[in-house]
Amino acid sequence: MALLQIAEPGLSAAPHQHRLAVGIDLGTTNSLVATVRSGATTVLADEFGRSLLPSVVRYQDGGQVTVGYDAQREQNHDPHNTITSVKRFMGRGLSDIKDAGSLPYRFVDAPGMVQLHTVAGVKSPVEVSADILRTLAQRAAATLGGELTGAVITVPAYFDDAQRQATKDAARLAGLTVLRLLNEPTAAAIAYGLDNGAEGTYVVYDLGGGTFDISILKLTRGVFEVLSTSGDSALGGDDFDHRVYCWILEQADLHGLSAQDTRLLLTRAREAKEALTEHSDTRITAILSDGNAVDLTLDQDTFRQITKTLVDKTLLPVRKALRDADISAGDVKGVVMVGGATRMPHIQKAVADFFGQPPLTNLDPDKVVALGAAIQANVLAGNKGEDEWLLLDVIPLSLGIETMGGLTEKIIPRNSTIPVARAQEFTTFKDGQTAMSIHVLQGERELVADCRSLAQFVLRGIPPMVAGAARIRITFQVDADGLLAVSAREMTSGVEASIEVKPSYGLSDDAISQMLSDSLAHVQDDIEARKLREAIVDADSLRDATLAALRIDGDLLTAEETSAIQLVLQQLEQAIASQTTLQVNQATHRLNKATEDFAARRMDRNIQRALKGQKISEL
Amino acid sequence: MTTEFSQDFFQLFGLSRRFALDSQQLEQSWRAAAAAVHPDRYASSPDAEKRMALMQATHVNEAYQTLKSPLRRGRYLLSLQGVDTQEETNTSMPLDFLMAQMEWRESIEEARDSSDVDALEALSSRLRSDKRALEAELGNALDSTADLDAAAVMVRKLRFLEKLDQEIGDAIETLLG
Repeated sequence: MALLQIAEPGLSAAPHQHRLAVGIDLGTTNSLVATVRSGATTVLADEFGRSLLPSVVRYQDGGQVTVGYDAQREQNHDPHNTITSVKRFMGRGLSDIKDAGSLPYRFVDAPGMVQLHTVAGVKSPVEVSADILRTLAQRAAATLGGELTGAVITVPAYFDDAQRQATKDAARLAGLTVLRLLNEPTAAAIAYGLDNGAEGTYVVYDLGGGTFDISILKLTRGVFEVLSTSGDSALGGDDFDHRVYCWILEQADLHGLSAQDTRLLLTRAREAKEALTEHSDTRITAILSDGNAVDLTLDQDTFRQITKTLVDKTLLPVRKALRDADISAGDVKGVVMVGGATRMPHIQKAVADFFGQPPLTNLDPDKVVALGAAIQANVLAGNKGEDEWLLLDVIPLSLGIETMGGLTEKIIPRNSTIPVARAQEFTTFKDGQTAMSIHVLQGERELVADCRSLAQFVLRGIPPMVAGAARIRITFQVDADGLLAVSAREMTSGVEASIEVKPSYGLSDDAISQMLSDSLAHVQDDIEARKLREAIVDADSLRDATLAALRIDGDLLTAEETSAIQLVLQQLEQAIASQTTLQVNQATHRLNKATEDFAARRMDRNIQRALKGQKISEL
Repeated sequence: MTTEFSQDFFQLFGLSRRFALDSQQLEQSWRAAAAAVHPDRYASSPDAEKRMALMQATHVNEAYQTLKSPLRRGRYLLSLQGVDTQEETNTSMPLDFLMAQMEWRESIEEARDSSDVDALEALSSRLRSDKRALEAELGNALDSTADLDAAAVMVRKLRFLEKLDQEIGDAIETLLG
């Protein structure tokens, strides 16, 4: 409704109460939740005043789940059941996890996504992430004193469709309404850009615990346009810890460590890395389970040497992103550093050398993503901010399908502004062919085997014709979350065969519902009450929106059309009064149907107004 | 269904239907239109409006991408005038153009085989200047002489050059890592 308030200043929509919306940075190492309160964006702390929530979940016999610092404290002596850095497993199969052998988990090679065997049963990364999100949502609800309208969850810009879908599923499983999945560097750019009134071309260099993103944005008068993005979804601070860990093994001549010792030394490695940000050397000590002691000193120079290849590895995506944006390093006005790992002095130096200017480090690299997400959540929830701004993001990896000979044909190139759709026509190979197999892929490589397989489906019901006569049109639609939907239909015949597919890693709505009702936190009555509450919230907001639309753009409807909509509105009121979930949902659905045409007309008017405003401003 | 979808992309952005265009004006119009229909603006709106916003935003982005790229703009202008550029089916090209193509391919292969990123970058910038010259010719054929057949040939040539540029880009990326 925000837009219409601009169009017609005299006729504002009914004032509504401030809706509680949060931004969540679901990080590899730490997670945060932030919100906009009385115009100020703040990170919400726990009862001890701590902003960060370590992304660590411990499962105990009997079903008890511990999240955060308490879980982190137990990780050294309960490594199998204490899951850290679960983000690295989201939407990934076992074969994708290169260092699975050196991790202290009992992996289960499930189809689609790897799972983890714990004392409380087999857990999927989606469930583990949901436990982290639930903790943050509870923190927010307790601090803000009310139920959340929705959340913006951040994901690495370089996350592919499977990883995005898994993140969205985790949020749904945690009972959150996802207002948007937002790319982490873009979130940082919003927080930085709005705060500093930045204009021009900016680079966001985001090295998190387990992922690396680079995004190039053009900031012009409140529009954040992502020009290109690149990265490595399996490169982060954890890899630096791992290098130090390997160095310890080599120096102390250790072999065949137990899971406990592995976890202990990984923790010591992380502490050493952090200490080297401030000090020129650090001592690493540990007593292993066999009684042997480790006592080593690691200095800056050695640390730099053993991690140099990792630092260099981040500069390749930087080059690619610059190429895709068609700019050179000299065109960049500022480089914003995001992610705890960018505190390492040699990372800052490498970035400074590459861009010929010191990076911008005047914001907290741990918090900036959550803050940006909160700002976006506030706008999406319908709490209009003072400034009008808009975000135009891109898809990070090309989408395509398999063609003859195991080759990929790109349908949507990477770095296309989203939402985007592209349709492509295909034909049959044999006479009388009635089915066609379609394999959807994501990635830049030519061979199918080198790309990520997103979905495979069979289109049936093609009318039998001679080879090459059928025309099958496949449409790829990527929405504003960067998520893909594919549909296909046969064009020549009257018969229409169409199918909607979800990526193979995505959970179906049924699976989510099942997991929700399985979870111990919800008793059946709670679920029913919650469903009704949600239905009424949806119905209320639809009614308010429709009434406001009628007030502002009612002139687009004939008297008959208006009374038809009003009739359905009355039915909706009655349904709400009935306090029956099914009736409320049905009435909401009817009102949605009844206002479809009206919505289309209003949208046209909006475009025309926008372009008219444009021309006036040029004069 | 709606007026927006029946308009051509030029009308949508209030531009005249010709190859030569003010890219800044195009960009500004796109931003204004994209701002009006972006799904973020409708996050708390009814489902019907959300769906509509997704469709409209997709349409506006498609229009912008089509007009922004000289190759796609040329192809689109021809299609508006009923000319199919036959890029997939018509492979008959002038002999000198084909010879030049072979030379380009050899140079790219040579640079790739000797892992010479600088040489590839140099080839890329030379190719881009060739592309710009051809785009200017295409503009002339479409806007001034209205020689649609010649324009269709130029679109096919541009498509070749674009593929070459992509090959160079892929080679550079492979060499970088």
